[in-house]
Amino acid sequence: MDSYYRPEDLERFAEVGRTKPELWERFMAWYEEVFADGALAAREKALIALGVAHALQCPYCIDAYTRKSLEHGADLEQMTEAIHVAGAIRGGASLSHGVQMRTVAQTLGME
Amino acid sequence: MRPQPVTLRGSGSPLGSAACQLEVLGRTGVEAFDDVLARYGLAPIEAASIEVLQVNVGRLCNQTCVHCHVDAGPDRTEQMTRETADRCLELLARHPIGTLDLTGGAPELNPQFRRLVEGARRLGRRVIDRCNLTVLLLAGQADLADFLARHEVEVVASLPSFRARGTDAQRGERVFEKSIRALRMLCERGYGQGGRLRLVLVHNPVGMFLPGSQASLERDYRRELESRYGIVFDELYTITNMPISRFLDFLERRGQTARYLERLVRAFNPAAAAGVMCRTHLSVGWDGRLYDCDFNQMLELPLTDGAPATIEELLARGVAPRRVAPDRHCFGCTAGAGSSCGGALDCAT
Repeated sequence: MDSYYRPEDLERFAEVGRTKPELWERFMAWYEEVFADGALAAREKALIALGVAHALQCPYCIDAYTRKSLEHGADLEQMTEAIHVAGAIRGGASLSHGVQMRTVAQTLGME
Repeated sequence: MRPQPVTLRGSGSPLGSAACQLEVLGRTGVEAFDDVLARYGLAPIEAASIEVLQVNVGRLCNQTCVHCHVDAGPDRTEQMTRETADRCLELLARHPIGTLDLTGGAPELNPQFRRLVEGARRLGRRVIDRCNLTVLLLAGQADLADFLARHEVEVVASLPSFRARGTDAQRGERVFEKSIRALRMLCERGYGQGGRLRLVLVHNPVGMFLPGSQASLERDYRRELESRYGIVFDELYTITNMPISRFLDFLERRGQTARYLERLVRAFNPAAAAGVMCRTHLSVGWDGRLYDCDFNQMLELPLTDGAPATIEELLARGVAPRRVAPDRHCFGCTAGAGSSCGGALDCAT
């Protein structure tokens, strides 16, 4: 294996279902329902998925949900806003742990 | 002053020729269309009847959209004559063809447009105007919206996105803003409200990917256009970008032609193939030549099976079933949910 991530592997995703197909089928049925139009439009769900893909830094998901967002009519500006939301939550999640740091520091230190 | 050449043909690009486009498609190495049909157990496509007469009245257009399969623009001069327009009306009078579908270029800019509309409506036929919307704002077209409404012409209007960014990227600077103004003109005349004045919007991808779900996009368009601009419409069609003419040029410049074609072939949908429009359409060119569809017309692929070459010949010999002449661009109509002048073909996909 020359690389952990190869673009052509995205097309092979379904091969995972060759073992324990009943689990794969249940996952796929649930997955398809999750992304169907509901109270949120399919375009909005694709943009959420794109943001999550960036937060998880999954190259397959970034590839798939950039395409899916475009297909559902999203544009570059909307996709960029979505990944800023992901970035803001990641940054905020780090900073919010600062409270834990402060609690420990105040317990141990003299400030 | 002559307009600057902005089309492939006008600028002397090799892709302005149909033969060059067919050669480029052939070089991709993707399978022949009929071979893929056979692999799915499907027979070659036959046009058994004519339900829609699609007349392309000329290449002149006030826009030069990036994806245009016609290579239309302000520098194109091909225009249907009154004699040929009259032959089209004669065909409608003689045969029970329910719909006259007018396209271009911007069909409204052709002097025969209104003659065709009035003649077909007098015969009681449904008439479709494939409208770029901005034509409604041109000097000299001030009465166009009233004319369309008076004759109850169905307007099928291109709007690739409900946002300016995507629409302008594909169709030109400030086209979105002008399109919204034109849509308001139509809505003010009663279009898009579920009655006799039918307004259909057309979404096609702003790039080299397939359109998303037609039903989902329609709901999105409906919500956004009504809440932001007070615009209503009857239906949304999704149409796949066809890898010919200016969209082929777009793909070639990015070195993506083979990849796009392969994607179309991978997404082949036999249910969409069963409903492709060429089974029930006949396409007439500005010069009276006949084709299976507007795409074949642009690739200069004539009718096969000894079918008439021109509308004159058709009037002399009558209508008969024919086998459709396919090439690799046909995968554009059978990919995913499928694509036609009436939108997606397999809405279960």
